[in-house]
Amino acid sequence: MNPELAQRLTEHLSEVTGFIYPNEVEIQWGILVVVYPYITGLVAGAFILASLVQLFNIKEVQPTYRLALLTALAFLLIAPLPLLLHLGHPLRSYEIFLTPQLKSAMAMFGFVYLWYLMAVLLLELWFEYRKDLVLWSKDAVFPMNWIYKILSFFSTDVSDRAVAFDHKAIRVITLVGVPSAFLLHGYVGFIFGSVKANPWWGSVLMPLVFLMSAIVSGIALIVFLYMVVAPLKGEAVDMRCLDKITSYLFYAVIVDFTLEVLDFIHRLYQSEESIKILSRLVMDKLFVSLWVIQVLLGMLVPLAVMVAVKSLKFTEELRRLFYFASVILIQLGIFATRWNVVIGGQLFSKSFRGLTTYKMEVVGIEGLFVAIALLIAPFIILTVFLKIFPAWDSESASHATS
Amino acid sequence: MIDRRKFLKRAVLFIPAVGLFRRLASDAQAKTPVAGYDPSNHLYGMGIDIDKCIGCGRCVEACKTENNVPKEPFFFRTWVERYTIKKDDSVEVENIDPRLRRGEEKTSEADVLRSFFVPKLCNQCQNPPCVQVCPVGATFSTEDGVVLVDSNRCIGCRYCIQACPYGARYLNPETKTADKCTFCYHRVVKGLLPACVEVCPTQARVFGDLKSMASRLVRFKRMKRITVLKAHLNTEPKVVYGNLDGEVR
Amino acid sequence: MIAIIIALVITLRFVVLPSSLTDTRFHRESTVEREVAKKVAFAGATVCGTCHVDQMTKKSKGYHKTVSCETCHGAASSHIENPAQKPTAPRGREFCVFCHAYDQSRPTGFPQINPVVHNPLKPCTTCHNPHDPVPSQAPRECSACHAQIANIKSASPHALIGCTSCHTVPAQHKISPRSAVPTKPETREFCAKCHAQGAAQKDAPKIDFSSHGERFLCWDCHYPHLPERTVKR
Repeated sequence: MNPELAQRLTEHLSEVTGFIYPNEVEIQWGILVVVYPYITGLVAGAFILASLVQLFNIKEVQPTYRLALLTALAFLLIAPLPLLLHLGHPLRSYEIFLTPQLKSAMAMFGFVYLWYLMAVLLLELWFEYRKDLVLWSKDAVFPMNWIYKILSFFSTDVSDRAVAFDHKAIRVITLVGVPSAFLLHGYVGFIFGSVKANPWWGSVLMPLVFLMSAIVSGIALIVFLYMVVAPLKGEAVDMRCLDKITSYLFYAVIVDFTLEVLDFIHRLYQSEESIKILSRLVMDKLFVSLWVIQVLLGMLVPLAVMVAVKSLKFTEELRRLFYFASVILIQLGIFATRWNVVIGGQLFSKSFRGLTTYKMEVVGIEGLFVAIALLIAPFIILTVFLKIFPAWDSESASHATS
Repeated sequence: MIDRRKFLKRAVLFIPAVGLFRRLASDAQAKTPVAGYDPSNHLYGMGIDIDKCIGCGRCVEACKTENNVPKEPFFFRTWVERYTIKKDDSVEVENIDPRLRRGEEKTSEADVLRSFFVPKLCNQCQNPPCVQVCPVGATFSTEDGVVLVDSNRCIGCRYCIQACPYGARYLNPETKTADKCTFCYHRVVKGLLPACVEVCPTQARVFGDLKSMASRLVRFKRMKRITVLKAHLNTEPKVVYGNLDGEVR
Repeated sequence: MIAIIIALVITLRFVVLPSSLTDTRFHRESTVEREVAKKVAFAGATVCGTCHVDQMTKKSKGYHKTVSCETCHGAASSHIENPAQKPTAPRGREFCVFCHAYDQSRPTGFPQINPVVHNPLKPCTTCHNPHDPVPSQAPRECSACHAQIANIKSASPHALIGCTSCHTVPAQHKISPRSAVPTKPETREFCAKCHAQGAAQKDAPKIDFSSHGERFLCWDCHYPHLPERTVKR
């Protein structure tokens, strides 16, 4: 056996408390498997925010519409990477497409991902940008004009009728897209929630909690990006839009918080056999990541701030500051939520008699640096997208004439 | 004239016809792994008599030798746990490392209410959660009741390791695929016993064929009060325990 | 347009791709083939007897009859293929202690020794033939096989009571333990010999047998090998 591995596992063994099954020394799903649901959560949340514009005609949120779609795409493109890097045999991953075992929730990944990418996100983006692509292709210089032309599939019709058809198509796609977004992230929740062997994971509420926290993180991300990117692109931050989005964020956080509190109370009240080891898990190993980061900083503080903003009259300046701070805390909180679920669920033994540790590698294919790179990559992709496909008319107007 | 509509209609019919043909062809090719061995005549299981296990760890060593499991104490296809239940109802459990000599007794005998050894291994469940969750179907149950892993197809996602309630699976550090006890399938189809059963000095492990009319396992299940691990999870394990204590998880 | 794409995908998946890639039955059969082709390391208990008749016959009558040859000699398949390649034979003191070193979790009646004090430095085979292991002399103390009970008792109020005071041990028990099992007391009157009011034994706590735990046997509550110390009232 590789002496490095033996050394690492010996260190793990020395930090085990109580009794664990001997095969449980090292946890199987590490930081990369924490990053994956975080990213797909952002995708689902951003898309759902964008869908509000289309489905419920909430005009105030319109300024963030294109931004939300592009963000969803940027994150969706990166989403399979943490999974591929985590696999023992990434080059065999095509087998999920070829011979999926249909009873496995994980087998759904390839199909749900492809469906969402092709039939929902790309399609919706295409219809949204088609008219602009045609217009830009006329004015842009080489090679951009050809890129726009190809991306618009050589369409030329920018009449009102065509544009109206575009909008109708978007409505239909959104109608299909919202349940698809639910599925994209909900199935991840099901992957954990259906594992009866693990009492921390195996819960009926898991898909719902995952979904709600996804929506929270997605909306929070769009707020963050809107506040950062819009000024950079010369677009004024629309406070009505911001207030409206933060309003939705507030409701989403309340629902998410309610679900998590419900789960907590339910577990304590039922007091099943696993409650002892789970209490030790939550008070010893996950104290900081759960109580301090996920609950206090990630939920209670943003909630308090948003309640204050809703009930008291603050100046625009102050509101922007509070929103910005809240959404950053929320992102930390949701990442901590994913950490607590994924890592937390593996820190206790299935014998319910002991706890192990997670020693995250720093370098290495499943290490911290790779995780950070995967989290930064979508932003880089988004920057490129925003350059090629501007999200706001003020910018697109100047873009067309340049 | 065959127009587009007619052509598409015929093309659509072509697909299931070919599919049917291929299925019939592949049926004709079904093979048996060993000459004269028909898996449908067997259903393997194991019984473990807790009263007989002396915790010597020969089974753990033998399994590692037979199946090329890394000798270090981090990967086990089978292992032995030692339970010590004290007078204050506290329970101490530890893993027996067969390579170590017995150290100092940690608990004085006077404080101990019950103490015993529990060999553990893959339970070869009949309702296996590991098979259910494998995204590519790399792990599967054979007709004779053994759950195997196809190490050529396993993508190393480790979902099966998460799903196993018994901690019986591990990721093989060399092949990077999931691995576990196979009841020494390569031995049993040839009429041999699994390595752990072979070397157990007290015959605490009872291997048998549940479809056989007379086997040690059938008698074991007749004469003993039988328990399985984590029965509430409905995995329907085929490894049954006789005289198992309620504190065992 | 969409219909064409769907038809294309279905054609690709179900018609073009060879079933060797997609049919799970082929994968499973090939897995079983690979599994079955794995090398066998342990030859099995019966094979050794075809050449080593004497040892096999000797072992089949002794206490080690349930111990497989390969339990001590290790995996011997390579020896079957090439008899010149001999399996190991543990000849020191390191191996036998895996089973026979005292461990309180072992079931009672299993012969155990304390390796530190039991004939130190001498290889086990000096006095015990591993193929028919009997002690060089019949064990004097019950603790040879019942060490856990002896250890408990030695720190208890019953420390000075010999095992044979309460258990009648037939001579055959030391030779063939399971065929001649010692007796256990069967009545309350047995314990009353020391513990009834007015009994001879001075330091044995006394109780009123007519009222204390009437209907039940003494050992339904009290563990005779480690009875509780009474508190002076």
